[in-house]
Amino acid sequence: MSNCYINGIASISAQPTTDPDTFLDEVIHHKESIFRSHDPNYKEFIKPAAMRRMSKSVKMGVTTATMALNNSGIEMPDAIITGTGMGCKQDSEKFLENILHNDEQFLTPTLFIQSTHNTVGGQVALGLGCKAYNVTYVQGAASFEVSIKDAQLMLSESPEKNILVGGIDEVAKNSTLLHKLDGQIKEDDIDVIKLLDSKTSGTVTSEGAIFMVLGAEKTDKTLAKIIDVETRSSATPNEIKTDIEKFVARQGLSIQDIDAVILGNNGDVEHDHYYKSLQSSIFSNTEQLCYKHLTGDYPVASSFGFWLGTRIFDTNKVPSVLKVNDISAKGYNTILLYNQYLGKNHSIALLQRC
Amino acid sequence: MSKGIAITGMGIISSIGNTVEENFNALKSVSHGISRIEMLETRHKDEIMVGEIKKSNQDLIEQLGLEPSHCFSRTAMIGAIAAKEALQNADVSDVNDYRTGFISGTSVGGMDTTERHYLGYPETPKYRRFIEAQHAGFTTQSISDYLGINGYVSTISTACSSAANAIMLGARMIRAGQLDRVIVGGTDALSKFTINGFGTLMILSDEECTPFDDNRKGLNLGEAAAYLVLESDEVVEKSSKKILGRVTGWANANDAYHQTASSSNGEGAYLAMKEALKVANISAEDIDYVNAHGTATPNNDLSEGVAMTRIFGEDNMPVFSSTKAFTGHTLAAAGSVEAVYSLLSLRDDLIFPNLNFKTQMKEFSLVPQTELISKGMNTILSNSFGFGGNCSTLIFTK
Repeated sequence: MSNCYINGIASISAQPTTDPDTFLDEVIHHKESIFRSHDPNYKEFIKPAAMRRMSKSVKMGVTTATMALNNSGIEMPDAIITGTGMGCKQDSEKFLENILHNDEQFLTPTLFIQSTHNTVGGQVALGLGCKAYNVTYVQGAASFEVSIKDAQLMLSESPEKNILVGGIDEVAKNSTLLHKLDGQIKEDDIDVIKLLDSKTSGTVTSEGAIFMVLGAEKTDKTLAKIIDVETRSSATPNEIKTDIEKFVARQGLSIQDIDAVILGNNGDVEHDHYYKSLQSSIFSNTEQLCYKHLTGDYPVASSFGFWLGTRIFDTNKVPSVLKVNDISAKGYNTILLYNQYLGKNHSIALLQRC
Repeated sequence: MSKGIAITGMGIISSIGNTVEENFNALKSVSHGISRIEMLETRHKDEIMVGEIKKSNQDLIEQLGLEPSHCFSRTAMIGAIAAKEALQNADVSDVNDYRTGFISGTSVGGMDTTERHYLGYPETPKYRRFIEAQHAGFTTQSISDYLGINGYVSTISTACSSAANAIMLGARMIRAGQLDRVIVGGTDALSKFTINGFGTLMILSDEECTPFDDNRKGLNLGEAAAYLVLESDEVVEKSSKKILGRVTGWANANDAYHQTASSSNGEGAYLAMKEALKVANISAEDIDYVNAHGTATPNNDLSEGVAMTRIFGEDNMPVFSSTKAFTGHTLAAAGSVEAVYSLLSLRDDLIFPNLNFKTQMKEFSLVPQTELISKGMNTILSNSFGFGGNCSTLIFTK
């Protein structure tokens, strides 16, 4: 397996995360269980004529892809790999509702054309004129991580490549609301910043996009090294504990070598025990960080952990809003990420300072 | 030539049969599966022709033995049927005796259930267990849970090239030693969403489709699921298994021309075929037969035809056909459906015909194979292209 470096990264989320000179210095306290992203000025990245037809996913995706490429110094990637849990949900929903409300009549093609899951990957390729490998993964909460796994595999096949990897998910008015009906989202609005102390089931949701440029060569832009990523479709909390121990051991490390662990706790009392059982056992002496009380949970929300890791390495500090225990690491060189959703689509990743 | 990755099992359900052998018999007896819609409720029932699996959802539930409280979409059910056959065919009794992964392609996933219940969710709590089927990964998860696979599972959604990309990823993961065994392919059920979507693009034919014909009117949508079992040479040797064929070449390129239309010079398709030949370490002359994407839309067949002439030369074109007139265009499943057909071609030295072709296209002299013929073959190239400019090519070898 060849090395896998993050040589550029950009994030749009429900917090101000596009300014490289700040690191969660100010956070927005969302008050609803479904909330939107904090948007940059898209006009700086997308021509107005093109923007009119773009859904939120495409806007966020194209913008973060452009920003990540800019900060890596790479103009043309050798592959584009995107992950999304729900794809272009807004356009899919509108097309579906038109079908159902108008008895399959009076439909126009634009919404359908933009409804496919690979729309963002296709639009980024089209914008760059990039004819290289292009794939979209749709694997729930592990969509971003299986995308990285493909990139990592590709770098071992062709170490000279620069690979653009992204994760995108958007809120759509009615389909997102349906997740209140099946209990995925908390019924009542809450003070999201207090999400992790919630005593109810379900979570809160939002939207965002993160793109990274990955390469096998360390450059002067390198932000972090992805040591490895592993995904698993389903597992019990005990199996996850063993998986993490094996995963860390496989890298020639022990749990004591982990300076901080970034966990995907989302305030769902039915499923947060996956994290809590780690917090009270193998990571009881490790600095623990959480972020979904800032960003909400959505299929590619775990990508935020990768962004956090690179920012922590870069600034050498951890914003106190992320901390959930009293332990502070002496320095930040090795960070482990773990995430799951409804007990499915588990992912473990290890980042290292370069 | 590259040795490639061993294929040890295959399974399929399509409008021409519920098993591999039923599909083979239909292809061999030149009996297509294009008809009017009978299973799906849509106002376009009598306007278009499709490749529909003539089993109701209740039939599928019974065949799989699902609990009444199940939350399988039709896409997941046909997927589970085909994947199960593939595992049986590969003689796998315990999926977890080796590191086994599952990679499935789908375009709309559980849209068939979403569109059936969407308006009813607020009033009808018993339907709400299907809400999760909105995300395509849920379809894959339903199938992997049914098969008992809980390790590496992923879903690829690159429109009509999804299953081809799933096969490609599986082959790469086996080659790199990341998995010992992987079930790869795709599944898509007919839905109002796709029927109306392709309808608005005006590329659905009201007759049986005619791939590569100058007067082609568009595609017939189809539904199907098909999977292959890929295994490492080590596993194959240990169990002295019969190998059905090998995946020796693969590539994925992007046309970067338009969100839905293919470029007039077939650039993406050309790049995919060229790179796949390189991965297989063979030259264009080594290809004995091409199973073309050939959807019978004016745009695809022209673009693909041009790309093929760029690869092979107009005068050196290998025998080629599109089998879409048997099954309809099964979207995300097309790549694995045609992988199964390619393996059957290699097994029995038969080339399945391109039905309904009458008139050569004006733009070039390409004429597909229109009769069932017997031909000794070693190497088959299969194309799958999709929205978003996604073009993929696979090469299968005896």
